[in-house]
Amino acid sequence: MIGAIPQGPRRAALPKTDILSRWGPALVLVALVLALSLASANFLSVGNFARIATAAVPALMVALGATFIVIMGSIDLSMEGTVSTTAVLFALAFGALGGQLAGMGVLAIGVALLAGAAIGLVNGLVHVKLRIPSFMASLAIGFVGVGLSVLLTGGDIVRVNDDVFRALLLKRILGFPLMVYVAALVVGVAWFIQRNTTLGRNFYAVGGGEDLAHASGLNVQRVRILGFTLAGVFYAIGAIFAVARGGMAESLTGANYMFVSITSVVVGGTSLMGGRGGVWHTVAGVLIVNVIANGMVVLGLPNYVQDGVLGVLVIAAVVLSTSRRSHALVK
Amino acid sequence: MLEFRKVEKLFPGVRALKGIDFEVKKGEVVGLVGENGAGKSTLMKVIYGAYQHDGGEVLVNGRPTRLSSPREAMQAGIGMVFQEQSLIPSLSVMENIFLGFEQQFVNFGVIRWKRMAEAARRQLAKVHLDVDPYATTSALSFAQRQMVELAKVLALEERVEGDLVILLDEPTSVLSKQEVGLLFQRVRELRTRAAFIFVSHRLDEVIEISDRIYVLKDGEVVDVVAGQGASAEHIQRKMVGREISKAYYREEKQKPCGEQVLVEARGLCRAGHYEDISFRLRRGEVLSLVGVEGAGGEEIMRTVFGLEKPDGGTLELKGQPVRSFSPVHAVRSGVGYIPRERKVEGIVAGMSVCENMTLSQMGSYSAGGVMKRGPERRMASEWVQRLEIKTPSIDANAGKLSGGNQQKVVISKWRSGGCDIILLDHPTRGVDVGAKENIYEVVREMCADGCGVLLMADTLEEAIGLSHTVAVIKDGRIARWFDCTPGSKPTLYDLVHYMI
Repeated sequence: MIGAIPQGPRRAALPKTDILSRWGPALVLVALVLALSLASANFLSVGNFARIATAAVPALMVALGATFIVIMGSIDLSMEGTVSTTAVLFALAFGALGGQLAGMGVLAIGVALLAGAAIGLVNGLVHVKLRIPSFMASLAIGFVGVGLSVLLTGGDIVRVNDDVFRALLLKRILGFPLMVYVAALVVGVAWFIQRNTTLGRNFYAVGGGEDLAHASGLNVQRVRILGFTLAGVFYAIGAIFAVARGGMAESLTGANYMFVSITSVVVGGTSLMGGRGGVWHTVAGVLIVNVIANGMVVLGLPNYVQDGVLGVLVIAAVVLSTSRRSHALVK
Repeated sequence: MLEFRKVEKLFPGVRALKGIDFEVKKGEVVGLVGENGAGKSTLMKVIYGAYQHDGGEVLVNGRPTRLSSPREAMQAGIGMVFQEQSLIPSLSVMENIFLGFEQQFVNFGVIRWKRMAEAARRQLAKVHLDVDPYATTSALSFAQRQMVELAKVLALEERVEGDLVILLDEPTSVLSKQEVGLLFQRVRELRTRAAFIFVSHRLDEVIEISDRIYVLKDGEVVDVVAGQGASAEHIQRKMVGREISKAYYREEKQKPCGEQVLVEARGLCRAGHYEDISFRLRRGEVLSLVGVEGAGGEEIMRTVFGLEKPDGGTLELKGQPVRSFSPVHAVRSGVGYIPRERKVEGIVAGMSVCENMTLSQMGSYSAGGVMKRGPERRMASEWVQRLEIKTPSIDANAGKLSGGNQQKVVISKWRSGGCDIILLDHPTRGVDVGAKENIYEVVREMCADGCGVLLMADTLEEAIGLSHTVAVIKDGRIARWFDCTPGSKPTLYDLVHYMI
């Protein structure tokens, strides 16, 4: 299985480059943690790690969705709009259904996931049926999503104060909030999709050789549309976590997720050319990005430097992870 | 002007050019002919600098030279008119003519368009082409673009010392008779300015235009004949003269084919590609489509697989008329397509051997969208054994296997899924000898299992050796049918005769 970092004993010895591309992101992560631990006494603690994990959870969910898209060789830029809209819808539905997760409020989760799927579906349909490049189609749909969230809220903040729901953030087990464990479960689901479903297999086939997938009788259009739909569901999960973390939803809930999630996917080593990478790469990528962000705070670097560092990071990751000589990536 | 002495070109495992002696004199038109795979295109690439020779000498105007890029070749006066035209459609005619050499019109970093247009008009006058240099290239006809390309090459003469050598690669393949006449007229006029190397499958045209003709076979020059009074028959014999080994193609295993018709085509047409194609493929039969590159065989194959839609005629797969032409439908009807460009269309590099094998049949190895990894892996292991695929494991990246083994993975993919109409497009291209025999063995096995095989062979011997029936295709039409029952197989010459 490509992209799956853990391997059984059956696998034959891999060439060096494969080993590097498989374990590279994990090694970078370990090196970063070591370096920051030495640089700052405040870095290495359960409290700080919990802070990193909590900050990373919504972004990780969004990045997981984006991973499937990038494996297909497409790009999705709709996450800010999707996250904002689904977050607001969740909060509104949650309130309307009684405001209690232990009661009817639980249905709001379904509402949010369905809404995410619907937005993703539209994304995929616009991209595939109207033959618009995916980055353009999704960017446009993303803007529509942001507008929709403003329309829904009228610019206001929608608060969610249910104790059971907020336990995702406030209840801690072994020092980490509950949401971290739930997120780990979602990672498991994503990994299962990647590894054990026809859909997951199809993503790699389409990304690795679209013409070939087509010539093998795969319905490539359907795979693409389903891919965007699935990504929308993951964005919605990310939105729910974002609401749990902030205790409220607004039209700005989705701000920043586009750059952070795409950065994480790429930094994790999933190829923008498609066909390579996977869920575990993205987990490593999200952690790298969040560890660096946290490290910069711990070291006392100002905000604007942090954004710059992330930008440089993306370029470095693309330079390191892709063989640009053999491909015409973008004209 | 241009002389090759004992020129060698090696590729991993293949000696593509074996001591080629080749010469072009001032004002000469030299023909270059040979079968597919004889080394023509390699030789051409060495001439215009896309490949570098590995042995022997290349002399330009008497000086030993090494042309390390097409641009360097151009500066030495060697230009190429490509079959697939190399003009950029969205640029104007004059921009194309001077592409890469605009510096001469630049003043202080600004292009002086009027001067470029003037210079372009001068070049266009050489080929008697009356088009506006400002016109967008895509608005021109194919023949006009070819002339622009010729003018582009001729523009070299103002920049290089000495005379030009111009390579024409299959220049007449899409021209009408009248346009061909016009092209030849230009070439004859331009002999005062340049020497020409004329590469073509159309023997009559080569004989008509050339002063001397080089015949290539298996990377060697087997004959040089004078163009005047050359006999097409003689050249054809030289092109193909090889011996066939019956055992090599497993002829003893060729069994009579069955009764059931798997594929039936009636009067298929696709404008510009093929016309009035009718054939029947039965169980256990190998049917070869034979023709020169671009004769239409590949398009016919792609149509059977649903990758292209015919304009007219009907196609039946196992008695069912095909209404929607799509690979999805073809695969469901039991058609498997093994294309020539394995890297592009055969193997998803990056996916494992096992995953490549189930790519076309994930439905049978999954339940509710979840893959059943056990049966999938068992099937893959079984086929790796059955076809002796050399791979570290079924989880190895299929893209890293050798060509022959990739080919076998593709074959397993279709055969394991129960496909019984197999389309083989150059199955042995770029495959070493041992793997070739393996593939011939597999073809015989498939027939024994009741598959029908539609074949585009890599060489004529292969077509004759493997097939029950051969259809010779010329210019998109079936020119002649040959029965290939062992014992009464046609000769290579019989086929070539109808091909060109």
